[in-house]
Amino acid sequence: MNSFTFHRATGVDDAVRETTRHTGAAYIGGGTNLIDLMKENVMRPSYLVSVAKLPLAAIEALPDGGLRLGAMATNADTAWHEDVKSRYPLLNQAILAGASPQLRNAATNGGNLMQRTRCLYFYDLATPCNKREPGTGCSAIGGFNRIHAIFGASDQCIATHPSDMCVALAALAPTVRVSGPDGERSIAFDDFHRLPGDQPEKDNNLRPGELIISLDLPAKGFSKNFSYLKLRDRQSYAFALISVAAGLELDGTTITDARLALGGVAHKPWRDQEAEQLLIGQPATVETFARVAAQVVSTAVGQGSNDFKIELARRAVVRALKQAAEGSQQATDVFQNSNP
Amino acid sequence: MSTTNYIGQATSRVDGPAKVSGAATYSAEVHLPNLAYGYVVSSPIARGKITKIHADEVLALPGVIQVFSHENVPSVAWLDKKHQDQVAPGGSPFRALQSPEIQFSQQPVAMVMAESFELARYAASLLRIEYEQEAHETNLETQRAKGYEPGKGKTGYQPPPPPRGNPDKAWEQAAHRMEAEYVHGTQHHNPMELFSTTVDWHGEGKITAYDKTQGVFNVKNYLVGVFGLNKDDVRVVNHFVGGGFGSGLRPQYSVYLAVLAALELRRPVRLTLTRAQMFSFGHRPQPLQYVKLGTNPDGSLAALQHHVLHETSHFEEYTENIVTWSGMLYQCDNVKLGYQVAPLDVFTPLDMRAPGAASGSIALEIAMDEMAYEAGIDPLELRLRSYAERDQNQDKPFSSKKLRDCYHQGAAKFGWEKRTMAPGSMREGNMLVGWGVGGGVWDATQKKSAAKASITADGKLTVLSGSGENGAGTYTIMTQIAAETLGLPLEAVTYQLGDTDQPEAPLQGGSWTAASVGTAVQSVCQDLAGKILKLAQKQADSPLQDAKFEDVEFLNGQIRLRADHSQSVVIRDVLQSSGEAKIEADGSTTPNMPKQSQYSLHSHNVVFVEVKVDEDLGTVHVTRVVNAIAAGRILNQKTARSQVLGSVVWGIGMALMEETVIDHKFGRYMNHNFAEYHVPVNADIRDIDVIFVDEEDDIVNPLGVKGIGEVGMLGVTAAVANAIYHATGKRVRDLPITIDKLL
Repeated sequence: MNSFTFHRATGVDDAVRETTRHTGAAYIGGGTNLIDLMKENVMRPSYLVSVAKLPLAAIEALPDGGLRLGAMATNADTAWHEDVKSRYPLLNQAILAGASPQLRNAATNGGNLMQRTRCLYFYDLATPCNKREPGTGCSAIGGFNRIHAIFGASDQCIATHPSDMCVALAALAPTVRVSGPDGERSIAFDDFHRLPGDQPEKDNNLRPGELIISLDLPAKGFSKNFSYLKLRDRQSYAFALISVAAGLELDGTTITDARLALGGVAHKPWRDQEAEQLLIGQPATVETFARVAAQVVSTAVGQGSNDFKIELARRAVVRALKQAAEGSQQATDVFQNSNP
Repeated sequence: MSTTNYIGQATSRVDGPAKVSGAATYSAEVHLPNLAYGYVVSSPIARGKITKIHADEVLALPGVIQVFSHENVPSVAWLDKKHQDQVAPGGSPFRALQSPEIQFSQQPVAMVMAESFELARYAASLLRIEYEQEAHETNLETQRAKGYEPGKGKTGYQPPPPPRGNPDKAWEQAAHRMEAEYVHGTQHHNPMELFSTTVDWHGEGKITAYDKTQGVFNVKNYLVGVFGLNKDDVRVVNHFVGGGFGSGLRPQYSVYLAVLAALELRRPVRLTLTRAQMFSFGHRPQPLQYVKLGTNPDGSLAALQHHVLHETSHFEEYTENIVTWSGMLYQCDNVKLGYQVAPLDVFTPLDMRAPGAASGSIALEIAMDEMAYEAGIDPLELRLRSYAERDQNQDKPFSSKKLRDCYHQGAAKFGWEKRTMAPGSMREGNMLVGWGVGGGVWDATQKKSAAKASITADGKLTVLSGSGENGAGTYTIMTQIAAETLGLPLEAVTYQLGDTDQPEAPLQGGSWTAASVGTAVQSVCQDLAGKILKLAQKQADSPLQDAKFEDVEFLNGQIRLRADHSQSVVIRDVLQSSGEAKIEADGSTTPNMPKQSQYSLHSHNVVFVEVKVDEDLGTVHVTRVVNAIAAGRILNQKTARSQVLGSVVWGIGMALMEETVIDHKFGRYMNHNFAEYHVPVNADIRDIDVIFVDEEDDIVNPLGVKGIGEVGMLGVTAAVANAIYHATGKRVRDLPITIDKLL
């Protein structure tokens, strides 16, 4: 870990100013990912601006019927918030599928968007990595890439975004409010993260110095028919091999609106709007889901040790949509996970 | 009424309060003034040599004391013998910082010393080292042709016995037969506690090393040999170990480097490895196993062949007993066992919980399941039809073997008779249900051990023996044995371990601590009891005047005549009136070889597992496990059960997720952290039943105990794999069985 200066921001303006003014500056919220990366020398910020104490932790109703999630609200407080539980249970389920209670108690919503890939090569300074050191090459291509992308990868990078929360957010489509040197702006969630292309060092479309202020959820929460299905190597404390966030609106058995996003498959949370359009107007049957799932994976490309993800993603999409249609929870958990 | 008969009771850990309150001091927590902190720099390449170390840039930082590397460390003992610890395999042990040559990825290449840990770590991150890379080879698959039969270099390694009968012909002519290759992932021990050493420097060549180890005497002898120190000037201490699993059997490079730094800097030093560096030394090797089985028309085994190849390093020849067990677990007259190793550019493998047997039992017990399906016989019944009444490897009777009771009691508890044979024939909704069985056999070993007991006039007993305590419950069972032998309450007994100033005990490994140290503790306490009896008899009008030692018993703080309980004296009264401030007894115990050598001494187990597999998604849940064990006398039902619970979790992890992945392009283990090296978490574990069947054995040792540290994990992994086959019809022979293998 490098030595650094620590500044506790007194306000959003102060935070933005300090971060813009110092080269090598970085925001720190809960620090659950950044500190790890610093310990591994993957990131070496020289100036840390703590935004954890800024008054951005509120979760409050919006005039348009939506819900504002403060950037500094913890993942745990967000998941267990009454409005989230009742109106956006998909988000509740996705957050609780991730990390551990200790981490969720510390991690913030803004930080969740900002967490970096778990690519083994990104984390190990002994191996080349374009995301960590642009131009050095991608070790995961042709390497151990079981956890890597099947959608939207480039010949520069095949890393995935590790978040569970963001997969549900991709389906729920909030706007991300940010504040920067040029003032505030809003970014559609789907435009927040980016694909690697030839600039894999860039995870998202934030401009220099910009700070996430809140996530503004629209009114529609798919609270009746939803599913967050996470498939991983163990039952807790493991990143998704494949995850699926599904939300449906039904009129009888006919799908009137649909959301579908996948995690563990791309450099960004992978929302598939074509698949959503295919679902709308169709009967909520396994046949429909199978057809849509086949369409979802039709553009998938395997990298060798992650080839299985294509078939697993297809099956997971069918299961998640089925569960959403039935209004049941993640039924693969035979242990009946009890949440507090 | 309370009684001082403690052996066999479910006594809670006597060291539990210290552990949960933080009062237990681990090797990285010893506070010393003027500590210098070390941080190891590890090689990014697997083979080659260091061409330049830019130490000057780092030494310029205020607070950095030294950068140790091959360029400036003093040479150590030249002879390999001086570097070989008690359990070293044959070859030339790794000597950190003695040469620019790189022999494996993550090899320690430098150690930065600074006034704080944080500074040492920061400085290490800035240290630039240049390498000349050479081609490495880390893939066993491509080295199959390099396999050879290793020598008998390592203590405890037994080359497989010569073939018996006519195994090739018998297999060809068998009524039913199978053959298959099995492989499982490399594993690293990864105890929670990182390897760490704090060295106190007492002046010229005099040190105390607080080291994470499973054997303080092994470390002491190693340090004396390597650094040419005086035996009397080296003390090694370790009161608590935060998990070992075999990783602490050999002195690690961390203790070597910490002591080297303390001797050079002439001050106390602390060195702690990182989690990533916990993947830089020994590991359970990945074996390629080939098994051929054949049965007679009645389902008994006609032929058994088991051949293994695994890696060793280029500098040492690591061996473990993988195939030998296959020649003794079942009755079979035509057996051929083969064992080979091939060198790779990795660190030498290292014994890990049930070394050899854990690997061997996976192949043998999955093969037995395959055989059962070939022959159309229930897998448990197949095992019963080849029940070994005698150890055919050694042609000796077992000292005791209640495996049949394990089969019956385990099956009854599990409800095995309700199993339907056909794969996929048991289901609940879209969950496929599978039931599998597996088992194993492990050595019951007693080693020479010494102990010392002393009792003061206030009736407080202290017992010392320099064994380890991995968390198995050693403090507790030794306290129980001592208290019961002298008829004292547990609270009056203090057992101390982990210090080379104490009487010598063996390494804590091999499941032999209870048998070895327990026997020594019992023996010295009996000697002490004899002395107390003599004191009692010196008293005027002693009711025990003419009693022989065999005529009395020590119980509830009293000595009384066995024949007449009313004739008794209070032990504390005897001590107080004796005028002696302290009474002591010490000595050592050794196995009764003339008696033991006539028998085969082993523990056995069988494991029944239920899995539920999502038929579409391939997710596996281990919903029930019953583990029935025959391991002689159980000294403490509670700590013994806990050990077996831990073993079962290990076995489940080995079956479903645990694997260190090497990227051969870099010759480097890539998932070197707890986020990506998966071991089971609480959410993966459900019902585990442990049965200890009654098994009396007065041959293994006076206590009749066989040890349970390893036997509990045998069979678990195979039983999970077999249950998955029963559920899905998919026979996975490449473990761990991750989701992708079941699609």
